[in-house]
Formats: sequence, C-alpha cells, structure tokens
Amino acid sequence: MAPTSERERQPLDFPSAALPLLHDAQLRGNVRHATDVIQGKRFRVVAEMPDWQSLREAGRQVRAHTLDYLDVYLEQFEQRCTAAGGHVHWARDTAEANRIVLQLAQNPTGRVIKIKSMTTEETGLNHALEAAGIQPIETDLAELIVQLGHDKPSHIVAPALHKNRHQVRELFVRAMNLPDLGDRPEDLAEAARVYLRQQFLSTPVAISGANFLIAETGGVCIVESEGNGRMCLTLPQKLISFAGIDKIIPRFSDLEVMLQLLPRSATGERMNPYNSVWTGVHPGDGPQEFHVVLLDNRRTEVLRDPEARETLQCIRCGACQNACPVYRQTGGHAYGSVYAGPIGAILTPQLALMERGQSLPYASTLCGACYEVCPVKINIPEILIHLRGRVVTGRPSYLRALHPEAMMMRGMQWMFLSETRFRLAQRFGRIAQRPWIRRSGWIERLPSILGGWTRTRDLRPLPQQSFREWFQARPSASTGSHSTLPPQVSSEPPEVPHG
Amino acid sequence: MRIALFVTCYNDTLFPEVGIAVVRVLERLGHTIDFPYAQTCCGQMHYNTGYLPEALPLVRRFVEIFRNSEAVCVPSSSCVGMMREHYEKIALASGDKALQSEMAALLPRVYEFTELLVHRLGVEDVGAVYPHRVTYHASCHSLRNLHLGDVPIRLLRNVRDLELIPMEATDLCCGFGGTFSIKNADVSGAMLEEKLQYVQKTQAEVCTACDNSCLMHIGGALHRQRVNIRTEHIATILGSDSISPASRKGA
Repeated sequence: MAPTSERERQPLDFPSAALPLLHDAQLRGNVRHATDVIQGKRFRVVAEMPDWQSLREAGRQVRAHTLDYLDVYLEQFEQRCTAAGGHVHWARDTAEANRIVLQLAQNPTGRVIKIKSMTTEETGLNHALEAAGIQPIETDLAELIVQLGHDKPSHIVAPALHKNRHQVRELFVRAMNLPDLGDRPEDLAEAARVYLRQQFLSTPVAISGANFLIAETGGVCIVESEGNGRMCLTLPQKLISFAGIDKIIPRFSDLEVMLQLLPRSATGERMNPYNSVWTGVHPGDGPQEFHVVLLDNRRTEVLRDPEARETLQCIRCGACQNACPVYRQTGGHAYGSVYAGPIGAILTPQLALMERGQSLPYASTLCGACYEVCPVKINIPEILIHLRGRVVTGRPSYLRALHPEAMMMRGMQWMFLSETRFRLAQRFGRIAQRPWIRRSGWIERLPSILGGWTRTRDLRPLPQQSFREWFQARPSASTGSHSTLPPQVSSEPPEVPHG
Repeated sequence: MRIALFVTCYNDTLFPEVGIAVVRVLERLGHTIDFPYAQTCCGQMHYNTGYLPEALPLVRRFVEIFRNSEAVCVPSSSCVGMMREHYEKIALASGDKALQSEMAALLPRVYEFTELLVHRLGVEDVGAVYPHRVTYHASCHSLRNLHLGDVPIRLLRNVRDLELIPMEATDLCCGFGGTFSIKNADVSGAMLEEKLQYVQKTQAEVCTACDNSCLMHIGGALHRQRVNIRTEHIATILGSDSISPASRKGA
C-alpha cells in the first residue's frame, strides 16, 4: 500500500474515488448493515431522553464558548497539566507532532502500544514510527483489524466498519497464524485478547488520543468500549497523549454534558463501558512519565473563519456518518481522508488545504440528516455551502470567468433576471429538446454534462405550455399581476402565448 | 384571502400542472390567486452550488416582487427551505439594510403549499377525490428544514378514495440534491436505487411528495426501469376531483 504521504499528494476526487466502492456489493452491504445497527441503537437511547434537545444546545454552547476563548483555555490546560507533573508539547503541523512523538517514544523494545486515535491517523504517525524503526501496535480491536489488513479506517468510531466478521476471521487467521479460528464474535475477541495481552505486559510506552482535555484540571479524558485503552493508560511506564487543540473543554463539570451526548450519539450506549480521566503523574500508580502533544495543523485557520469555525465543535462521535445517505452508499474510503462522511467533507478541505478538497464540499445532497443528529449542533449543510463558495472564489482568476459551471450560472442568472428572457428560454427549450425525445415520449439521453442525469434516469420533456402561459390564457377571477413590480426590477410586458 | 403564488421556475417550466392544481385547490376554498409574472427563480441552485453573489439579485427580485403580498404560496419545500435557511444570510452579506428589513417582514408570510393549507388556512380536507394507491416520500427539505411533520399526510388522509400506503424509510434522501445529481451522478444513482426499492415495496400506483425535484429524480428512474409507478406532486392529488382525475401524459 502506498504510504500516506504519497496518497496525500494526489488531489482528492470524490466521484472517482466513490466509483469502485459503489461496485463493491460486499462493502456496501457491510456499511449499510453497520450504520443501520448503530443508528437504531442511537435512536432508542436518544428517544428516552426528555431533554435531548436542551442537552444538544448545552453541548453546543460549551463547545462554542471554548472556541471563543480557546487561547485562554489552552494555556490554562498547559499550566494545570504541568503543575500535575505532565509535560505539554505544542505542534504546529503534522511533521512537528510526529517528530515530538518519535523522540518520546524511543524505548529498548522498539514497540509502542496505541489507543485508537483519529488525530494520529491525521498526522500519519504510524508510518512515521515505522520509518524510525518503532513498531506501533494498535490495541483497539477495530484499529487492530485495520492495521493487520494494511487498510485505512473508514469510520471515526468504528474504523473497520467496512469489514464483516468473516473477513475479520480471515485476516486473523493469516496475521496471527491461527488456522482453526472460528468466526463467532467471541472467537475473534479471544484471539485479539491473547495477542494484545502479550503486548500490554511487555511494552513500556503507550500513545493515546484524547476525547477531551479539561482546562480546569489539566486532565485528559478517554471513553472506550473494550478496556484495552485502560490497559494502555495504566500499565506502561510512559504515556503520550496526542490531541488536536480543539479537544478542550473548560471545566470538569462539562463532562456531565459531554459524557451524555457522546456515547449516545457515537455507539448508541447510555454510557461507555470504560471512562478514564487521568491527570498528571502519581507516584507508584500508573505511568510515571506523561506527555501531551497538542496539534494545531491548521485548526487556528479554521478558527479564523467565522462561517466555518463551528466545524471545530466536533466531538468525533460519528453520528453524522451513520446518518448520511451518501456515506451509506460509499463508506468512508471515498473521502480520501481519515475523517469521512459529512464531518470529513467539511473538516478535510479545511485541514488539508482547499486544493485537496475541491470535490468534498459537493459530496452531499444537503439533506440535513447530519445536522439533525449532531450532538453539538454543527450546521454541516451550511458549512458545506460556505466551502462550495470558497471552491468557486478560490479558482485562479483566469478560470473564474471561463469555468463552464461559472458561465452556466451566470447565464442562468441573466435569464432569470428578465421575465422576457425566461419566457424565451422556456420556448427555446421546447424546440431544442425535440431531437432528444424518444418514442416513449421521454428524454432518455442528453449530451455532455447533462448526460450525468440520463445515466440512470429519464427526463420528462418540457410540456407545450408553461404555467405562466396557462395562467395568462385562462378567463378567471384570479389575476396575474404586473402591478407589484417595482421599477428597479426589469419587467417587460408578457407576451400572449400561442400554446 | 388574496394569495400570491410563487410557482417556482421548474414547476413553471416542467410541471405546469402543479401550479394549475394549486390554483384549483385555493380557488375552491374561496381564495383569490395573484400571480406576479415577473417571478422567476428563488436562487437556490446558485446559492447551493457556491455562487452566493450570483444568487443575490434573484433573492432581491423575489423580495421586491412579493413584499406587499399578504401570503405567498410556494409548492416546493426546497425553495421555501432556501428562503428560510439562507435568505437572511444572503441579505446580511449584501449589506443592504432595506433588503434585510423587507425580508424579515416578508419571510413569515411565505408558506409551502401544504403548510399554507393546514397551518395558515386551517384546512385538512380540501374536498379532493383520488381513487388510487398512493405512497408518500418525505423529502429532506420538507422534513428537516420546514419540519412539516405529518402535515402532508393529514391532507392525504382526507382525500376520498385514496389509499395511503406507508413507505419504509420514507425519510431517506432520494439522492437528488440539485447539482449533486450531475456532479456525483453515480453516487446519486446508487442512493436512488435504494430509494426505489422502498418505493416499489409499497406496490402503490403513485409516489407523491411536496417537492417535484425529488419526484423528477424518482420518476425518471421509475420510467427508465419501466416500473409501473408514477410520480405526482401532492398538489395535483389535492387538486383532483371525481370529474378530472389527475392523469398526466408526457408532452
């Protein structure tokens, strides 16, 4: 498989990346099944909350407030974490973040154990570790599946969601050399357990992500289902926690809101099986050396854009992915980024520069399902539209005027700004469509860009009379009016239609 | 009441029967229809594709044409969604204070067709007769932008001889999404394919919705696959009576 850095140099094109995935019936079946299951569970545990909407609003306010005072809270976090015996490192970009971790992760075993972390996926940390001769061992079951399969995560919460258990079994049989392994969930869990326990007991350094950084206490919070994270947080000598600067919450008590919103939205659980909060270093108890690496990687640029900064409110629950009808068809790999689905469609172009994310803001029907389920009320459709605007205005100046889409939009606008032109266009359409109407009475194939429509759909032709022509022709009590036209609106006297 | 009709550009051009049905229903209820001929497009296509500055003159045009209307009826929830969700932002971006205040005064008087009937006029039975098996697709904009809930269903339940068949996953997006259907034609087609399974499972004769954009998409694929289910905008169903059943033929 190509290393991350090479993949990242290629521009993303969602429609092309999606195409082979649409033909993978197995993958689509897996994705639909998994998202349906999680969505069903989420629906039940959300429905039982009488104050869910107020809770969402509270979550939104906590996150929005944090972003408004992010500098203050980050410094507070650094101070409190340091006072508790931790070390805080600041990383401007992915390269700097990886460099810091590489220095910290050196140890005689040549291995580190890892807790699932999307942020380390964002920086390509595993590749950096491997290149430096350190073997990263993923301990989250799904991440382990992804790692053993030399695969990429396809979902924020369930990175191996695109695989079913039969595929997982085959992977384990090969990677762990277990020819007699069954494919029941308990067989697979047991195989992973045996494999991972050896690693937990023999590896002195762990790398974790973070769900929340608590400014008030300098503490770090992680929620998980398997307990493997807890192993990583307690057994090794050294713990390195890796987080985007957006992961801050102001107070410990804000967890009251967040730890209700997150598990219900993410896995459809009332509470995560394991909730860990740790603060600094405690002699004789847990890791004796603790580091936090805070990653910017363009997050401050996102913060600077008032129309899009809401993006950083995200708590990585993945509910938008499960709800998204586009993700449902393609799975996560079409997004060409560790952040897939609706949140990926807005986060990736902003974190990885717009040049790489031209097609992602358009990878949505703006159906609003993501916004509806978002626990912190990120208006994803609105941000998608904003980013579409940035794609349009970001085109090089010579292209801005001549881009076919821009020319079509200007042409349509010119037509819509005059009643006469609109009427003429309607008439012209009736004539122009004639060669394309088939014997069925429908249009079954269209040229050039419109051919996208007729690939899977027919089109009913324009009828011989538009509504305005009908209205004008009929004798009736109701009236068409020209009186409401203000002088500044271009208006021409309507012509009498001839049907 | 004197009700101004904003029929929308694509209904005007492609689906005149929708405007005709709206006129029929509202006149039957004793209202007068005002149709300002200068109206064209709400600007949704421009705005949603990332052309906010290009959408502004269309937004301005809409406000100028309808600012004195008592109530504006729009038989398309996506166009109403565009107005409610985005018009204020566009006006704000223009820096035009007069436009902003006129818009703030106008927007509460703009209604989607079924919303106008039920919420503004208090009518759930429009006296329609439609002897067919019908299933309802809850379009994304009607559901998540306008929060119409069961408003369209209540109207359909009161249509004589209409058998309403519930659709599984009625709120699943059909995959149209405006320019999405062309820019992401393959993904759009895959989404549509799943939607069609649910439509076909109902074994209805007619699939209806509050948006002709979705129906053009769904109906186009039904026709391509020669499935014997046709699509009808909810207005044409509510505009039907025993004398003139809504049957539609191609041009």
